[in-house]
Amino acid sequence: MSSSLTAPEPIIELRNVTRRFDDNGFIAVDNFNLSIERGEFVTFLGPSGCGKTTTLRMIAGFDRPTSGQILLGGKDISKLPPNKRPVNTVFQRYALFTHMNIYDNIAFGLKLKKMDREEIDKKVKHVLEMVDLEGFEERSVATLSGGQQQRIAIARALVNEPEILLLDEPLGALDLKMRKEMQIELKSMHDKLGITFIYVTHDQEEALTMSDKIIVMNGGQIQQIGTPEDIYNEPKNAFVADFIGESNIFKGIMTGKLKVRFCGGEFDCMDDVPEGTQVDAVVRPEDVILTAPDKGTVKGVVTNVVFKGIHYEITVESGKNEMVIQSTKTPKVGEEVGMCLEPDGIHIMIAEDHTTRFDADITDEYGLEYNGKEIEADITQIIKGSSLKDGILKDSSGETVRPENIKIHISIEPADIELTDDAEKGLTSGEIINLIYKGDHYSYVIRTARGHDLIVDDEYLWNLGDIVGLIMPADKMTFTLAK
Amino acid sequence: MKGTFQRKYLGIPYALYLLVFVVMPLIVIVKYAFTDASGKPGIGNFINFFTDPNTLGTLMYSLFLAFATTLICLLIAYPAAYALAMSKISSKGAILMLMIMPMWINFTLRITALKELLTMIEGNLALYPFINSVIGMTYDFLPFMILPIYNQISRIDKSLLEAASDLGADPVQAFLRVLLPLSMPGVISGISMVFLPAMTNYVVLDMLYNSTYIMGSLIGSYFSAYDWHGGSTISLILLAIICIFTIVVGGEDEGKTVRGGSVL
Amino acid sequence: MKKKQVLTPLILLIVLLLIYAPILILAFYSFTDASTIGQKASFSLQNYVTLFTTPELSEMIRGTLFLAVGVAVISTVLGTLGALGSFYSKPATTSVYRLVNQVPVVNADVVTGFSVCILLVIVFGINKDTFFPLVAGQTVICAPFVYLSVYPKLGQMDPSIYEAALDLGASPSVAVRKVVIPQIMPGIVSGFVMAVTLSLDDYFVATYTKPASFDTISTYVVNATRGSQTDIKTALWALSTVIFAIVLIICVGMNRSSVSKDKKKVNKMRRANA
Repeated sequence: MSSSLTAPEPIIELRNVTRRFDDNGFIAVDNFNLSIERGEFVTFLGPSGCGKTTTLRMIAGFDRPTSGQILLGGKDISKLPPNKRPVNTVFQRYALFTHMNIYDNIAFGLKLKKMDREEIDKKVKHVLEMVDLEGFEERSVATLSGGQQQRIAIARALVNEPEILLLDEPLGALDLKMRKEMQIELKSMHDKLGITFIYVTHDQEEALTMSDKIIVMNGGQIQQIGTPEDIYNEPKNAFVADFIGESNIFKGIMTGKLKVRFCGGEFDCMDDVPEGTQVDAVVRPEDVILTAPDKGTVKGVVTNVVFKGIHYEITVESGKNEMVIQSTKTPKVGEEVGMCLEPDGIHIMIAEDHTTRFDADITDEYGLEYNGKEIEADITQIIKGSSLKDGILKDSSGETVRPENIKIHISIEPADIELTDDAEKGLTSGEIINLIYKGDHYSYVIRTARGHDLIVDDEYLWNLGDIVGLIMPADKMTFTLAK
Repeated sequence: MKGTFQRKYLGIPYALYLLVFVVMPLIVIVKYAFTDASGKPGIGNFINFFTDPNTLGTLMYSLFLAFATTLICLLIAYPAAYALAMSKISSKGAILMLMIMPMWINFTLRITALKELLTMIEGNLALYPFINSVIGMTYDFLPFMILPIYNQISRIDKSLLEAASDLGADPVQAFLRVLLPLSMPGVISGISMVFLPAMTNYVVLDMLYNSTYIMGSLIGSYFSAYDWHGGSTISLILLAIICIFTIVVGGEDEGKTVRGGSVL
Repeated sequence: MKKKQVLTPLILLIVLLLIYAPILILAFYSFTDASTIGQKASFSLQNYVTLFTTPELSEMIRGTLFLAVGVAVISTVLGTLGALGSFYSKPATTSVYRLVNQVPVVNADVVTGFSVCILLVIVFGINKDTFFPLVAGQTVICAPFVYLSVYPKLGQMDPSIYEAALDLGASPSVAVRKVVIPQIMPGIVSGFVMAVTLSLDDYFVATYTKPASFDTISTYVVNATRGSQTDIKTALWALSTVIFAIVLIICVGMNRSSVSKDKKKVNKMRRANA
């Protein structure tokens, strides 16, 4: 199947799948499009709440899409109950039936299919061998260790010979050593069985180790699809770069063909991006070469050195920027060092537009408001040539403009929004759901109560989960009048 | 000698109390049950009980009444507990409280209310003594059946139901093969909360004008006749039934506190 | 899927209706001059006047309440001490405690009442008029529930809390009083409330051990059903309604306080997220 000329056959396809929860309106999965080929080991990777488990549950049938379609082998299964789908799941906490012994747990699905006893015996025996638990038939669930329960959960799913095996963070409850062993075992099981595995995890290392294809998710949306190498070496955006592996992300600008400037130096790079483009440059800590101060493209002062076993993790401050470096060299704290980068050690991403945009409410007195809070802006400045007299606004041609006929868009840049502890202060407030360090500042994703995500740049460190007020100075806002 | 204080000594008053007011009464009724009016030891009281068609009839009637009550309670309580435990409504706690709140109203007053209502419907309560008694007992003990079943069902990991349907079970099969067996501990403790009181709570029968005796009424009548030996014999037989019942059904400790309304 | 959503509220509604129909209908007629329910009747507060002005009735109610609180206090002290003592004993001793404690819990109240009566009144010859048999007997059915309510709280408590108190210089008895008891307070309080309700609900122990001249609500109501005094009978409807109202108010209050706690939490979040 590796080199067939026909297009690879998708086993499962998600078309415009959206899942919105009725009770709070939260959109867990947002217009999701994905096609998975037969026999692939695919991993949904992302932080908690990114929608990966919801997507898996929709494929299993425990959850239904609010809109969109799920196709299995070309047929729409969106409305099929889980028991009618040729798909089996390994649950996060195993979900073994405690009132049955191991044999009955594994035989559960086969008995429902009214298979004859002998065949069930044979299959149970076979699958127990496969998970290395021969002779466990009569044992009760309670007598098994976590790792053994995990294997039984896998056996119980596999014995039904599903077309797709779904695994929902199956190794999360195991200790580190056990987890590593199971990773290898699952991978070899996949190779042997040749069926499709869809795996959900928040552990990037697990994803990189096991998968043929990784789907990085955040905020209910796909951030990037690719092989582990693609995802690691060519992250599409700052989120992926930050989530996968460790990385330094700097704001920069293209200064010529294959030339980029960031962190106070100009570097050669391999990504062909037009001159003048605002970019984010990703540098992996292991790709930074430490040199003598005068030999480096940029210079800096070592502020921290931590021994990590096979290497040292060194923090260097260079101007307003901070860079984390992995090296076997051991500079001392306070020492001045130079830093070089090979062109293939720099990954360029075109900077996303993070401008926050929203519409102002217009009061009867032609004041601007948002969220019930006043925005200090003069409407006559926004509507060119207008004048406000006796509470009536007239436009340049002298015609009266009624407040309900005005619509004003406001936009503000990430760096112009200030964060504050006091959630009551500021135009709105929200929870910090993500943060990325970008050399000289942090880029925060803040989710408001209405479920909007917006980006704020701030040089101070706030914690994930902090509830912050967002102060948006009116003089930093751009107002545009909508028709 | 402050240093000799040990925490286990705190239990001494309660240990003594249990010894005097729980263990000794048991010894006393054993002694009375195995002696006759003249103080001569023997098992004559038990022979009398098991050879007298009247007392045997009372035993059968009690068992039958208790069985019917338990069954009706179960048929009402299980769907109610299931519906409440599985529903997604937000006011679950309030509805559960409404269901068990009558436990805190004196049962004689509740039976009074029921009696007045049944009288209005039936005209003469004496026409359906058995049915009325089952209704009365059910009315009295229903919360004791609902609460343990509800607690058990709501404790079941709902991903087990998802696992069942994932493995090919339709909703009915998933209920029969997974949820029902897993809810059995709650059902069992509910049964043990209802069955035994239904054999002995003769006040419910009295108040609903059912003059047939149950095991509890026998104790009451021996008490009125100052026949301590007879009363002790019945008590001991009831204790034996309780023991057998506990061994066979194996009720759980935990469910028992339901009687005190431990939903607080 | 759709069916279930209709079925669930329907089942709950029917069960609640079954439970509350008698109580509510009786409550309705308690405000009339009817002597049986279903009768054509007009509004009257006579039943409530009778309830609160008949000395026999108010004495009975007061007596029942005094008894319940007294029994509950004794049961709470004994049951709590028992739970503490048994929790810190050897496993074998603990299981003896548990076993004996379980006897009154599973035993029929008729048997408990009868056997306590024989021991105290017939064997020991204690006069029922001293109230000792009644209080001791009701404590037998109440204290084990206090024990069962406190014991798990000890298990849930972090054992190093007691050790920390000793480490900081407290003597064992001080550590128990100042550290352990406050930790298990919720169990003690709910044990106390249980004891009160069990005593209020008790008929069998009371009827076998009470002084002849004293009545609890239970024994009084049972005797009243046997008698034919209509005004007393209907006054008991009023009593039932009053108790129902009190229980309802307490339950709503409890529910409110837990809901308002939740609400406060939600509001805090809301405010933070607005």
